Amino acid sequence: MIETTNITFSPERLAEVQTLLKRYPEGKQKSAILPILHLAQKDFGWISVEVMDYVAELLDIQHIEVYEVATFYTMFHLKPVGKNVLEVCRTGPCMLVGSDNIVKYLEQKLSIQDGETTPDGLFTIKTVECLGACGYGPMMQVGEKYHEFLSEERIDQLLEGFRQNATQP
Amino acid sequence: MSRLKILTEHIDKPEITGIEGYIKHGGYRAVEKALKKMQPDEVTEEVKKSGLRGRGGAGFPTGMKWSFIFKGNDKPRYLLCNADESEPGTFKDRLLMEKIPHLLIEGMIASSFALGVKTAYIYIRGEYMYILHILQKAIDEAYAKGYLGENILGTTYSLDLHVHPGGGAYICGEETALIESLEGKRGNPRIKPPFPAVEGLWGCPTIVNNVETICKVPFIINEGGETYANIGIGASTGTKLISACGNINKPGVYEIELGVPVEEFIYSDEYCGGIKGGKQLKALVPGGSSVPILPNRLITKTAKGEPRLMSYESLSDGGFPTGSMLGSGGFIVFDEDQCIVRNTWNFSRFYHHESCGQCSPCREGTGWMEKILHRMEYGHGRMEDIDLLWDVQRKIEGNTICPFGDASAWPVAAAIRHFRDEFEWHVLHPAEATRRNYGMGRSAEPIEQVTA
Repeated sequence: MIETTNITFSPERLAEVQTLLKRYPEGKQKSAILPILHLAQKDFGWISVEVMDYVAELLDIQHIEVYEVATFYTMFHLKPVGKNVLEVCRTGPCMLVGSDNIVKYLEQKLSIQDGETTPDGLFTIKTVECLGACGYGPMMQVGEKYHEFLSEERIDQLLEGFRQNATQP
Repeated sequence: MSRLKILTEHIDKPEITGIEGYIKHGGYRAVEKALKKMQPDEVTEEVKKSGLRGRGGAGFPTGMKWSFIFKGNDKPRYLLCNADESEPGTFKDRLLMEKIPHLLIEGMIASSFALGVKTAYIYIRGEYMYILHILQKAIDEAYAKGYLGENILGTTYSLDLHVHPGGGAYICGEETALIESLEGKRGNPRIKPPFPAVEGLWGCPTIVNNVETICKVPFIINEGGETYANIGIGASTGTKLISACGNINKPGVYEIELGVPVEEFIYSDEYCGGIKGGKQLKALVPGGSSVPILPNRLITKTAKGEPRLMSYESLSDGGFPTGSMLGSGGFIVFDEDQCIVRNTWNFSRFYHHESCGQCSPCREGTGWMEKILHRMEYGHGRMEDIDLLWDVQRKIEGNTICPFGDASAWPVAAAIRHFRDEFEWHVLHPAEATRRNYGMGRSAEPIEQVTA
């Protein structure tokens, strides 16, 4: 499980933040909240209160302004998650082609329920609403990657791949 | 049969993603023409002539929307591209942005020129982060080639274009919620008026257009508005991307000339290729999850007995009791084994999950609908629940500050209207209802045998 320790962006990341801020007019730097929260989640694994406070200070805005945004948008993990968050779409079109069974299979394979993380911190299962892959379901998103036309066999392959990646230096 | 493809003619060519390949296939001609040979108002006039309607779902005439941009002050004006694409059943904009990103960028430049915009944003749903990288690379290429930045192509026109990620909220597809989100706030829709064209992003005049809408602009500039208006049928001009999914043989995104018969779209090999497994067609949601579902008897024929066409007018023919909407073009097909109660519950769960919570009827009502439908689906329904559901959806529709309330109410209303017997069956047969595995269609009995 990735913990939030040492809440500071690297110099490279801070340069990226400065580039982002230039996209918005003077005094409208609050607009960069979502892009910066995405970067923070990438670097720190999840969005803790400390991370939100750090983002607020970067943007020179009130802490509450970040809290209310981070808690509104579903992509931000407000609790620690596993290294691989398996976000399975469960909305209408994916349900029509079997997303319920995919979730059940994942729960059975990993011995955890929707929303839980495996004890080794490798996987979290999360059911989510429509991911815009309705013609290619059942599907799940892991990181930035879409995995479509899922079957039990395909799930087995993917889990094995994630496990192998975790053991590589 | 070879059909006219305005957006997707070259989409399968791998080189089209890069700027050189895009230019090789005629890209950026519209920018050259607009910036060097036309006045901004002339571009708007061509878009008006084309009859182009917004492709995000509402279908409002694009040229008219542009003409509303407020010019009475010297505030900056903004163009926002709505790439939030979160309507279940809809995955068409994703194709355009992924495969042919320069088409969107060209459309943004030409549209911004027409509107007098100096800075424009593409607001893309956060889940499409891999597409954001594709768009950013394309934007960088466009800057390097002089299509973006200061004095584009040696003219006096300058434009900056940025891509901005959302955070996974369906409501941010509503234009004022999108603006709030881009301002760094929760995606709570604003009360209109003032409309964004007068007071939008940071209080400045703003136009919000869908990806597909913007991508149509280069063709209209190159070929003329009249040429575009001559494609399609009646007031449904041009082509439309339809994202087809559900129980069909060939799910995917198809560009159609508006006016294609719905029957042809479902059964021809050129498009959906018929129902998977040779099953019967039970129902159709033609325009994304929010639009009313059509039962089998009203899919291929209208209430008047005329062939149902893929057009704004034909799909809504007869008004609510017998019509639906073209909407976003999210075409969801249900075979005979699918359970309407389960599907309606699923959509209600979606709307409950995604409600921003600002208006009480929507915040509370979507939750009530989900709970009632859940108990019906899982064998605890009561006969009076059907009327209660009807009552709740009626109290949401039209009583919220944005169309989200309507979007949550319409699927419930249409399901009860057309499939009331199936709701009654669930109440009368609770044990059977819980055992039926409609999702995979393995143990479902033919719907014809399901009677009260």
